[in-house]
Amino acid sequence: MKALGIVFSNIHDANLPELVRLRTLGSIPFGGRYRLIDFALSNMVNSGITKVGVITKRNYQSLMDHVGSGKDWDLARKDGGLIILPPFGDRDSDTLYNSRLEALKSITGFLRHADEDYVVMTDCDNVCRINYNDVIEFHRINKADITLVYRKNKLEEDHAVTLNINTENRVTALKYENKTDSENNVFANIYVIKRSLLQNLIMDSLSYNYRHFTTDLLSAYVNSMRIMAYEHKGYFAAITSMQSYYEKNLGLLDEKNRHELFGDRSVFTKIRDSVPTKYGACSVVKNSLIADGCVIEGTVENSVLFRGVKVASGSVVKNCILMQNTVLGEHVTMNCMITDKDVVVRDRRVLSGSENHPFYIPKGSMI
Amino acid sequence: MLRKKKCVAMLLAGGQGSRLYALTSKIAKPAVSYGGKYRIIDFPLSNCVNSGIDTVGVLTQYQPLVLNDYIGNGQPWDLDRAYGGVHILSPYQGKLSSDWYKGTANAIYQNLHFIKSYSPDYVLVLSGDHIYEMDYSRMLNFHILNDADCTIAAIRVPIKEASRFGILNTREDGSIYEFEEKPKKPKNDLASMGIYIFSADKLYKYLEADAADKNSHNDFGKDVLPAMLNAGEKMFAYLFDGYWKDVGTIDSLYEANMDLLGDSPKFNIFDPSWKIYSRSPLSPPQYLGEGSKVNNSIVLSGCEIYGTVENSILSSNVVVKKGAVVRNSIVMADVEIGENSVLEYAIVDESTFIGKNVKIGEEKSAGKGIAVIGRELSVGDNVTVEGGAMIEKSLTKEDK
Repeated sequence: MKALGIVFSNIHDANLPELVRLRTLGSIPFGGRYRLIDFALSNMVNSGITKVGVITKRNYQSLMDHVGSGKDWDLARKDGGLIILPPFGDRDSDTLYNSRLEALKSITGFLRHADEDYVVMTDCDNVCRINYNDVIEFHRINKADITLVYRKNKLEEDHAVTLNINTENRVTALKYENKTDSENNVFANIYVIKRSLLQNLIMDSLSYNYRHFTTDLLSAYVNSMRIMAYEHKGYFAAITSMQSYYEKNLGLLDEKNRHELFGDRSVFTKIRDSVPTKYGACSVVKNSLIADGCVIEGTVENSVLFRGVKVASGSVVKNCILMQNTVLGEHVTMNCMITDKDVVVRDRRVLSGSENHPFYIPKGSMI
Repeated sequence: MLRKKKCVAMLLAGGQGSRLYALTSKIAKPAVSYGGKYRIIDFPLSNCVNSGIDTVGVLTQYQPLVLNDYIGNGQPWDLDRAYGGVHILSPYQGKLSSDWYKGTANAIYQNLHFIKSYSPDYVLVLSGDHIYEMDYSRMLNFHILNDADCTIAAIRVPIKEASRFGILNTREDGSIYEFEEKPKKPKNDLASMGIYIFSADKLYKYLEADAADKNSHNDFGKDVLPAMLNAGEKMFAYLFDGYWKDVGTIDSLYEANMDLLGDSPKFNIFDPSWKIYSRSPLSPPQYLGEGSKVNNSIVLSGCEIYGTVENSILSSNVVVKKGAVVRNSIVMADVEIGENSVLEYAIVDESTFIGKNVKIGEEKSAGKGIAVIGRELSVGDNVTVEGGAMIEKSLTKEDK
C-alpha cells in the first residue's frame, strides 16, 4: 500500500521561542549535525514513502535552505519527492492558518491530486526511529479509521495530549494533561489515516467549524470512528522546551540512545562538505559528540559540538551545546550553555548556566 | 548553434598503483583513501570544478568498481551537468578492434571522439595519483598568453630526487628545449607533475601519429611529448609552487597523510576558499568516550573512541575500543580496533576487523617500515604483526 507523507515543520513553534526566532521548529539543529526535520524525513524515506509534503508557515528560509531539492534524503524524484507547501494565504483575510486543521484545509489540492491510499502525518518535535510500514500494517489489521502513535512515558510538560486506551488498543478519549511523574500514554504527534477519510474529515470540519484536529475533531469522532493506538517502543525524544532540547541533546551521549538512533547509519541530512575534525596536541575530550569540521585545542566534556566549532587552547567547555561555527577564544570557560550558530566568545570569558536552566546565546552574538 | 566547451579535462585513473601493494589489490589507485575523508581522485576533480572546468572524462581500467561507484553521477563534485559533467570512460569493444588502454596516450586516443563531441579549444590531461590544490585556470591562461601548443606543469624537487621524475630543461622564458624521462644525471630540478594542457588540434594530430607508430609505447612522457618537442612545437613549463605529492608508494602516501597534522600543517586542506569535495558518508557525529585521549589527530564522523589516538588519521566509522592505542598510523573507514590492541606506524585499510590484544607495526625508529593491513580482512586476538609487514589475507593466532 502506498502512503503519502505530510510533515508539519512548525506546529509547536511556541514551545521553543528562542530557537525558532529565525527558523522553523523543523530546522532547529539537533545532535551535532542534524536538524529536527531530518528525523521525520528519514523515517518516511526509510519506510519507502517517496512523496512528502512539508507544511510551512513562516520563517522557512532556513528550512528551504536545509532541504533544498530533497536529494540528500533521496527525495528529488520525478514523481513526488519532497514538496514544500508554503502557507496558502486566504484572499479575504490577511491571517495565515493557526492550527493543524486550518493548515490541512489549505492543502486540499495537494491531497486531492495524490494517488496514495494512506497519509502518514508527523510533527518535527519528535526524534525517534519508527517504521511507518509497521504502523500502516497495524492500521490495516485493526481495520482502523485513524491510528495514533503513542509511547508510555511520564509527562514532561504541561498540556501534553494523552490517550485513554481500552484492551484492544482502541482510543476511548483524548485529554490534555499536566506534568506528572506517573506513566501515561503520551501521544507522539504521528498519525496514519486513509487519504479519502482525511479529505472527508477536512470537509466536515468546515461545516462544523472545528478549530483543532486532535482536541476538537478527533475527540468528536472518538466513539463513532475506530481510532486505534500504536505503541512506539525504543528511543524517543520529545523536544517540547528549551530544557528538554538541552537534555535530549546531551541524552545522545548515552551509548544506548545513540546506537538506537544512529546504529544503522540511516538518518539522512544535508551534506555540507566539511573538512575533517582536528584535535590539537593538548586537547582533552571526554564523553562528547563532535561533528566534522571542528578544531579542538582545549578541553571539552559532556558536550555536543556541531560542525565547524573551534575551541582554542586553554578553553574549557562542560555540559554545553555549541551550534555550527561557534568560535571560542583562548581560556574561555563555559558550563551549561547553549550557543546558537555563529556565536563568538572572546578570550577569557567565563559563562555559566545551570543544569536545570541552561543559558542560551542567540545566533551571531559576540560575547 | 553548436555548443562547445573551452576546455575539457581527461583524468587518467586506470593505473594499478602496484607500489601501493595491499592498498590497491582490490581497488584502483585513485580510489585509495586520503586524509580520512577523501580519496585521491577528489583532488583533481575538485581542482577542476574550482577552476571552472565542468567537463571531465575519467579513464578507468584497473579494478574500476569502487571508483565507478564512488564517482557515480558526479553530484558530490557538482559535476552532474546537463551539458558536460563527469563521464567514466572505460575500454570498449570497437567494430574493428577491441583494446585495453595500452598507455596514457593510447587511453586518450581511444576516447578522442568523447573530447571532440565538446569541440574544445584546449584539453587538460591529469593523472589520478597526486595530492595537491591547483588552479588550472591560471595554467590555462599561461598557456593562452604564450600561444603554446603544450604546457606542462612543473614543480621544483630536491635535486637528489630529481632522477625519479621527468625533468624539464627550459630557457629563460619558460619554454622547454629538452625533456628527460627519469635522467641519471639531471641538469635541473624542474620536475613534470604529469599535468598537461594541449591545444586541441595539436593533441589530435600527435595522438593520431602516435597511434600509427607501431614502435611507440603510447605514453605521453616517453613518446608524445618528445615527438612534439622534436617537431618544434611551442612547449612551456608552468611553474607551480604549492603543495604537491605523488602518492604512488606506501611511504609517500603515509607522508602525505601526516602532512595534514600539526599546528601549521605542510598541506592545509582547511582553506574554505578552495574546498575539496568528496562523497560524504552518512554517519552521526564522532563520539569520544570517558577514557579517550585524542591528540594531534584527524578524526571523521561516525568514529567511536574509547582508547588513545595520537598523531593519526582516522577515517569515518572507526571504532577504537577501551585500552587500544593508535599511534602514528592511518586507519581507513569502518575499521574496528579491539580492546588493548596497539597500532604503531601502520596503515589499516577499509572494513578490516582487528581483535583484542593485537600488536601491529613497530616504531619508526625500528627501521622496519610501515605495517600495512589490506581491506576487508580480520586479524584475530593476540596476533602480532611486525613492522613493515604487508598483510593481504586474514590472520589468526594459529597462523604464526
